[in-house]
Amino acid sequence: MDIKSLKNYLYWLYCQFELITCSYLMEPWEKLLFYTFNITMLVMVLYTAYIFVPVHISTAFQFFLHLLGNQHENTVSLVK
Amino acid sequence: CFFFISFEETPMLVAVLTYVGYGVLTLFGYLRDFMRQWKIEKCQNATERAEQKDFVPLYQDFENFYNRNLYTRIRDSWNRPICSVPGAKVDMMERVSHDYNWTFTYTGRVIKDIINMGSYNYLGFAQKAGTCQEAAAEVLSQYGAGVCSTRQEMGNLDKHEELEELVARFLGVESAMAYGMGFATNSMNIPALVGKGCLILSDELNHASLVLGARLSGATIRIFKHNNMQSLEKLLKDAIVHGQPRTRRPWKKILILVEGIYSMEGSIVRLPEVIALKKKYKSYLYLDEAHSIGALGPSGRGVVEYFGLSPEDVDVMMGTFTKSFGAAGGYIGGKKELIDYLRTYSHSAVYATSLSPPVVEQVITSMKCIMGEDGTTVGKARVQQLAENTRYFRRRLKEMGFIIYGNEDSPVVPLMLYMPGSNFTTTCHVLKIGLFVFSFYLYVKCIYVLKRS
Repeated sequence: MDIKSLKNYLYWLYCQFELITCSYLMEPWEKLLFYTFNITMLVMVLYTAYIFVPVHISTAFQFFLHLLGNQHENTVSLVK
Repeated sequence: CFFFISFEETPMLVAVLTYVGYGVLTLFGYLRDFMRQWKIEKCQNATERAEQKDFVPLYQDFENFYNRNLYTRIRDSWNRPICSVPGAKVDMMERVSHDYNWTFTYTGRVIKDIINMGSYNYLGFAQKAGTCQEAAAEVLSQYGAGVCSTRQEMGNLDKHEELEELVARFLGVESAMAYGMGFATNSMNIPALVGKGCLILSDELNHASLVLGARLSGATIRIFKHNNMQSLEKLLKDAIVHGQPRTRRPWKKILILVEGIYSMEGSIVRLPEVIALKKKYKSYLYLDEAHSIGALGPSGRGVVEYFGLSPEDVDVMMGTFTKSFGAAGGYIGGKKELIDYLRTYSHSAVYATSLSPPVVEQVITSMKCIMGEDGTTVGKARVQQLAENTRYFRRRLKEMGFIIYGNEDSPVVPLMLYMPGSNFTTTCHVLKIGLFVFSFYLYVKCIYVLKRS
């Protein structure tokens, strides 16, 4: 039952997407074009995110660490 | 509380998403136009011939772009042919389109018993059986259908005189005159009342017939904001103080054009305030009660009775027989001198054919029914039922979460859908569950009809 209501909900979400972007009104080839364009853009964005976001985050983390964390490293070496 | 008029603000999210939808469709519109230009796709709309390409382009403005690319996609929700009397339930001819609404073919099937929410049949007098129909059929066999003459020549039947006397009694005015077409009543009589050197103050959202009549008359037209009394008062003050534009002479006449119920917004005019302003600045009032006669007021006498005012305060009371009376035509009521003047000088009286006798009899019977003169309380019951239905319908739609415009008591209910896609799907789906809806560009206008079981 849970799966059925989930499927209904997803179908309702898909209908809302179709109505908002007016792809309900388009002819099939226009719909194909529109979805291809959208999915291509989405895939490209996700791929870019997958490649670049970890690098950006770790660089940013190191930058902030350098600003604030230098004192900690010094104290650690002293205690040692 | 009479003056609760709501014009709710559109929610921001809905507005943004509507623009997104229109943006996507516009882009696809440009793509399709490009393909049509380069002959990749067959062009099915009207274009100029090859020899005319060097002249002023006819189909390049935004309206034609919208027509070709957006309106045609959802076109089959409108102009649907019906094949029965537009009463509480109506039969519709089914039609399909194989090339995305450029051409339609009828399947031959008739969809029966669709609840009719799109006709202006407020009191349910458009019916094919009953006292009105029988009386009209008898008059048809006695007088025939054609009059074949104008009012001033040989088209003045005793039926017309009877109708006019009845209309005058119904409205509570001295005299009335009836015309063959509601639109023509406005557009042909306003030029007879005002001319050059007069001022017309017209509401922003007035009907096309009032606008056409005002423009044809040659008077100066100034527009005030919809139902906004401060705007109207400012215009009146400026008119009295400054007079005509170049010569500074006083205006010969100032005529205020308002409607009882505005058909696209469902709002009722603020009549007491308009009458107070009219008396203060000594101007004249022309009230178009096309949608409110028969539909407002405890006994159906219109917006004047709804506010409890006297009909003598309104100088020209105009209305139509098309909506609540189930017939066709219009009337103008007022003082006897005014109507006698209109009998001579109105363009409609001189050139237009007068009302057809069965139609006149339909009006007479339905008006007598509303007034209670036929001995039953059917008319009064219908008027009260309409008021109850209006309030119930509006309340339930609001509870369901729709945005409804207009006054609480007006039987015209504009329901806002905003997005073009939802416009189309609503009309499709409500047809599936048996409702016939009339939609007009961006609105779905549901006008409530008496449901007779």
